[in-house]
Amino acid sequence: MAMTVTINGKKTSVDADPETPLLWVLRDELKLTGTKFGCGAALCGACTVHLDGEAVRSCQIQARDCDGREVTTIEGLSGDVAKAVQNAWLKLDVVQCGYCQPGQIMSAVGLLNQIPKPTDDDINKAMDGNVCRCATYHRIRAAIHEAANSA
Amino acid sequence: MRWLRSFPNFLPVVAALAIGGAGFLLQPSAHISPQSAPVQVAAAHAAAPSGDLFAPVAAVLRHPRCMNCHPRDDRPRQGDDRHPHLQNVVRGEDNLGFVNARCTACHRDENNNFSGVPGAPNWHLAPLSMGWNGLGDADLCTTLKDESKNGGKDIAALVEHMEKDALVLWGWAPGGDRTPVTPPHPEFITQLKAWADAGAPCPTAAK
Repeated sequence: MAMTVTINGKKTSVDADPETPLLWVLRDELKLTGTKFGCGAALCGACTVHLDGEAVRSCQIQARDCDGREVTTIEGLSGDVAKAVQNAWLKLDVVQCGYCQPGQIMSAVGLLNQIPKPTDDDINKAMDGNVCRCATYHRIRAAIHEAANSA
Repeated sequence: MRWLRSFPNFLPVVAALAIGGAGFLLQPSAHISPQSAPVQVAAAHAAAPSGDLFAPVAAVLRHPRCMNCHPRDDRPRQGDDRHPHLQNVVRGEDNLGFVNARCTACHRDENNNFSGVPGAPNWHLAPLSMGWNGLGDADLCTTLKDESKNGGKDIAALVEHMEKDALVLWGWAPGGDRTPVTPPHPEFITQLKAWADAGAPCPTAAK
């Protein structure tokens, strides 16, 4: 199935089986390997990307769902909020092994885009679907507050 | 900090699958055939107080496939054991989930047979005013019929909702290891219409 998807701001022709998960279109077809495979069952959040500006699990979104829509991956994040998150992540040295962090950052930016000054409760609700095996949760929470205060 | 417990939440997934499997095995091996249903309902109508016509409807509304998305709080439920939705998923302002945990972040308009994530058109949580869990038959009946709570549905609209809405119908064909609603949908609709045709009587509060 041929389709056109705007990926990281660029209109991109994609020819994939319509049931192919978006994750594998990104990684295998387009070589955008910043988005990670974790569980394949919407349980871990490692594959989080933005679809029309909203965080989704790319392992559950199928190629046919994306025709004519906008996808943003970790490679394409830009703007003040994304920069503030990047700076906060560096300042607080959030990352440990790093595998989950593209998904964590996509969710953090998604949260701050909609709630610029989130409470701890907002962060709990918005970030619970992103699992971190290194348990960097305390630093992630602090970095989201840091980004919120600096953006 | 509930989200610190996210990783151990994989355990309930396994438990839910096990429970779901057991639930499926516990399904009755033989259902009343749809053809015999009108006779049975007519007989019940003649023999029972009219309020009892709601009993089979209530039984369906209490099935996990229905009740899991009709909570009286902000947490959707999962599985036949009706545990709170993993990942701290909550209602959100529009019954479609909170930021980053929108229903559509994972649920599509059909089941995902590769990952096991269920899906149907317009996947969402029923409004808080349509919360059912814990209600007795009388309160369940009056809540169901209350147009100020049910989105302005009269009895005919309620019947149509339960007869034709794709998300409701999913409950009878949920796929995977999920236990389908019983009785079969045609039989339930016969029971529902028997209740509706009798004036949609509700049981007394004491019942």
